[in-house]
Amino acid sequence: MSRIRAFEDRLHEENATGDIPGFIHLYSGQEAIAVGVCENLRDTDHIGSTHRGHGHCIAKGCDIHGMMAEIFGKEDGLCHGKGGSMHIADLSVGMLGANAIVGGAPSLAIGAALSAKILGTDGVAVSFTGDGGSNQGTTLEAMNMAVVLKLPIVFVIENNGYGEATGTDYAVGAPDIAARAAAFGMPAAKVDGTDFFAVHEAAREAVERARAGGGPTTIEARAHRFYGHFEGDAQLYRTPEQVAELRRTQDPLVIFRAKVDRRKVSVKELDEIDEESRALVDEAVGRARAAAYPPIEHLLTDVYVSY
Amino acid sequence: MSTSKKTYREAVKEALAQEMRRDPAVVQIGEDLRGGHAGTNPDLEEKKIEAFGGVLGVTKGLWGEFGSDRVIDTPITESAIVGMAAGAALTGLRPVAELMFMDFFGVCYDALYNQAAKFRYMFGGKARTPLVLRGMIGAGFSAAAQHSQSPYHVFASVPGLKVVVPSNAHDAKGLLIQAVRDDDPVVFCEHKTLYDTTDEVPDEPYTIPFGVANYTRQGTDVTVVALSAMVNAANEAADKLAAEGISVEVVDPRTVSPLDEEGILESVAATGRVVIVDESAARCGFGHDVAALIAAKALDSLRAPVELVTPPHTPVPFSPVLEKAWLPDAARIETAVRKLVTA
Ligand SMILES: Cc1ncc(C[n+]2csc(CCOP(=O)(O)OP(=O)(O)O)c2C)c(N)n1
Repeated sequence: MSRIRAFEDRLHEENATGDIPGFIHLYSGQEAIAVGVCENLRDTDHIGSTHRGHGHCIAKGCDIHGMMAEIFGKEDGLCHGKGGSMHIADLSVGMLGANAIVGGAPSLAIGAALSAKILGTDGVAVSFTGDGGSNQGTTLEAMNMAVVLKLPIVFVIENNGYGEATGTDYAVGAPDIAARAAAFGMPAAKVDGTDFFAVHEAAREAVERARAGGGPTTIEARAHRFYGHFEGDAQLYRTPEQVAELRRTQDPLVIFRAKVDRRKVSVKELDEIDEESRALVDEAVGRARAAAYPPIEHLLTDVYVSY
Repeated sequence: MSTSKKTYREAVKEALAQEMRRDPAVVQIGEDLRGGHAGTNPDLEEKKIEAFGGVLGVTKGLWGEFGSDRVIDTPITESAIVGMAAGAALTGLRPVAELMFMDFFGVCYDALYNQAAKFRYMFGGKARTPLVLRGMIGAGFSAAAQHSQSPYHVFASVPGLKVVVPSNAHDAKGLLIQAVRDDDPVVFCEHKTLYDTTDEVPDEPYTIPFGVANYTRQGTDVTVVALSAMVNAANEAADKLAAEGISVEVVDPRTVSPLDEEGILESVAATGRVVIVDESAARCGFGHDVAALIAAKALDSLRAPVELVTPPHTPVPFSPVLEKAWLPDAARIETAVRKLVTA
């Protein structure tokens, strides 16, 4: 969580310098969801992600340096500069890619779950989708398919209250997204997505069920994004006071600190972790900035036909 | 008629606003056309907040003027948006649906190519489908492979669809008004790198007929056929080449379907040489279609083989250095022209 926060806060600053190409969607405020879920996964399990994918990548174990270099469009990036922020992927740690298509992840993730089931790998797949993405037909189709085929998958719906600028309470007909999953015949849980422990517990149960052949689960986790939809969003749909209030009362890192068992983890240790995270990100930015862009010849690699 | 300097973005919005004022059946449908609905701000409705106006702010102001029944924010569900718009077009409305990036048409393709495009023909001419689908095409923003494509050739290959690809603010307004008044489904492709370009644009509503090419440069040595942002690249190349004594004619067909075959063939007959610039595809694209047209109908007038300038047959890369190499530019057009005149 600390790493994700440091990564995203720093990207917010770096983006202002104008040196980051393309679109950036920051995950700050939702850290407990990615980490609470992915802590239950192995490298051989797979996740599908969204346009807001940095947190999922970090939680699944993607290399921070490779991520940062990718976001800067450099050859050292996890996708050699061909993908960028919205397409970071690393199959070696089971990260099937951020996805710039809303609703792209659920059906890909049931594919990973199908592989796990048919190949008997004992693997589990997770799809991360926003509240906005929960309205896409493909998401609902994937949920039904997962129930029909009893696939080892967990659908995580991150409800941060907005799809771009439009409120969930406008765009989602019935406010209870988890209840939709129940209608497909799968267990569903609603959790406080600012509470790492709540997410972790719900995800543990769902992942165990999936691994044991018990089929899919949906988890709807409520949290808040601290930045705009994308970097550069003026956020006219909410007031700065509202955002400040969310940062004060709904910060998963602060909530974690308040809940963590102080006999095991001291405040000092937590501070040190935060410091390490910042140092790591600092180094990643330095390396990414200094790294080379991909050579032009690479335009024609990694594609089966070049004319 | 009075004119004023307007950006491409303003021209598109003005066309939409004027058509909505003229015809109450015209409605806008799309994600975040207004933006700012509800959320944790129950009082936003009263405050009349239009947070987005479409993701790049093109429709901002329309909701304020026309309200929620005519500027309709939707959930993120492209197939339902286009299906609904097609059904509404069949039954009395004239919907203009905005789907942001044309890459997202993948989600709604059935509603477009199996439904809307076919109604009039399948129903024996008894149906009209006055539907406009607006969306953004184009690379140049490092928006990466799922936000940078220009799939107008894909739409143009579907019988029943009209496909419009305006290259400047003036054409954008006139062609969009034409599109709204047209009784067939029209796919209207706006290049994201053109939104801030300006032009003298008439203030009153006007239409530009489909299938009429615009000669943006007159010339005698080589014809360059180009669309959308590539027209600017072609004009830039033409200026440069003029200084070298090479006279280039730039033909902007403006609509891919219908295509102004005559306008293209006339120019090719006069110059005997042609370069086709096409951001859509390295294979089976608009450029190949025009090349086939010329091969079939103007081979005799050609003094050299047709030159195609397209991106390579790859997805659009993210890294700015790769994207720049991917995208056709004035320099590549110049090279192609020089090759022809020295051949
Ligand atoms: C198919 C498709 N439609 C629209 C978009 C544009 N878009 C990008 S993110 C986004 C909002 C997604 O909202 P949500 O799923 O709630 O995720 P969040 O941004 O809140 O994390 C939209 C509409 C897209 N990328 N893909």
